[in-house]
Amino acid sequence: MTLARVGILALQGAVRPHAEALRAVGAEPVEVRLPRDLAGIEGLVLPGGESTAIRKLMVAYDLLEPIRALADAGIPMFGTCAGMILLARRIGDGDEPAVAVLDVEVRRNAYGRQLDSFEANLDMPAVGDAPLHAVFIRAPAVTDAGPAVEVLARDPAGRTAAVRQGNLLATAFHPELTTDRRVHQLFLALVGSRRAAQAAAVG
Amino acid sequence: MTTAETSTWTTKVGLARMLAGGVIMDVVTADHARVAEEAGAVAVMALERVPSDIRKYGGVARMSDPKLIEEIKGAVTIPVMAKCRIGHFVEAQILQSLEVDYIDESEVLTPADEEHHIDKHAFAVPFVCGCRDLGEALRRIGEGAAMIRTKGEAGTGNIVEAVRHMRAVKRGIAQLRALRPEELFAAAKELRAPLAVVQQVAELGELPVPNFSAGGVATPADAALMRQLGAEAVFVGSGIFKSEHPERVAKAIVKATTHYDNPDILAEVSTGLGEPMHGLELSEIPVEERLAVRGW
Repeated sequence: MTLARVGILALQGAVRPHAEALRAVGAEPVEVRLPRDLAGIEGLVLPGGESTAIRKLMVAYDLLEPIRALADAGIPMFGTCAGMILLARRIGDGDEPAVAVLDVEVRRNAYGRQLDSFEANLDMPAVGDAPLHAVFIRAPAVTDAGPAVEVLARDPAGRTAAVRQGNLLATAFHPELTTDRRVHQLFLALVGSRRAAQAAAVG
Repeated sequence: MTTAETSTWTTKVGLARMLAGGVIMDVVTADHARVAEEAGAVAVMALERVPSDIRKYGGVARMSDPKLIEEIKGAVTIPVMAKCRIGHFVEAQILQSLEVDYIDESEVLTPADEEHHIDKHAFAVPFVCGCRDLGEALRRIGEGAAMIRTKGEAGTGNIVEAVRHMRAVKRGIAQLRALRPEELFAAAKELRAPLAVVQQVAELGELPVPNFSAGGVATPADAALMRQLGAEAVFVGSGIFKSEHPERVAKAIVKATTHYDNPDILAEVSTGLGEPMHGLELSEIPVEERLAVRGW
């Protein structure tokens, strides 16, 4: 079986750490900067970075519509930090949503400035019993989630830090900055189940 | 660890990793900061004068007035950086108290100490420092810098020094890679850098912190050149707000930094930008007035 081709939105942000994490879990990362780069991908990572800057480049290079169409078609997507903001349907401070497919409201810079960036161990049963070490950098928080959204983890203060809605996975923290690959494995499992479902449909 | 731990090395380097592929713009007013954010900057550097004006104005260049930094912090949601003088740890304490997101211990300001840089490990706010070669980069990392940038020659609109510095860092890394473990002791001595950092670079084949470029970027092509030479992100100082059409130039440099390896897009964004900032040939600058030689 061929490696799954997983796109990483590479307009700006922590692209390389995600590429390394994807390779480590057995996927083939593909950098996405233009709509044509989306051809043939089986999943898409929206990395951390500055959501305002990434959103402007998505608009300038006509990426919003095709990415939304892929999400609607069931292609698994994984947003970390800024990527979670880009997937969200509602943004607390009135900023314009981007892909707008994940039924949550997020607040940008919910924890404050860089001095408030932190690391902590979280419980995330979806990836196993061992605590998950999570790095939050000028992180957003989920302030409201629709009924189809499953909360996968909370920060030490009880705020929602990881969610899943069908084919969409999002974390306020950065699994790509640690060596624990369980969250990327969880994402790759979504990619794998879609592949299996499609193979079954064809067969 | 049941509770949260702030200002760790991972969070310091992590913020720099989030800025990769982006443009950090010098701004001297809150209005500039809004223009920068609107153009797609990933962060702004708040200062009273851009480097080309510092050069023109002469005298001692110092940390900015906290009032200006507060105004700029209030104007944008992207990270705000500010500069302190080399070795001036009290300016750094003040900037930390203002809760800036990154401190640039910068040769663009007049150095406050001719022997020692700031002990950056002692601070909660992360630091970026400039370098001309690998030894200088590794000394700064040893002191706690969580991001490295080339010095270039700020305020000139001339990319030649940034290119020289980036090539020197890359060459230095390639040379370390070729050494046997027992040869790294002598290499550390020669680089005047901590052995542990030298060993780390020899193993990784790259700096342990993000490697950005600054100093002399004036056009989209300059930004793309530095990215192709290995810079993960670009600082633009005078190049934007000293050009004829700052908004246009800012947006074009952002696009060029993203699409740095796509000549069709680079051609498109380079078109019709108006007059870039007026550049300075290095031979016109007396050696004692060059900013890059500051720092040790």
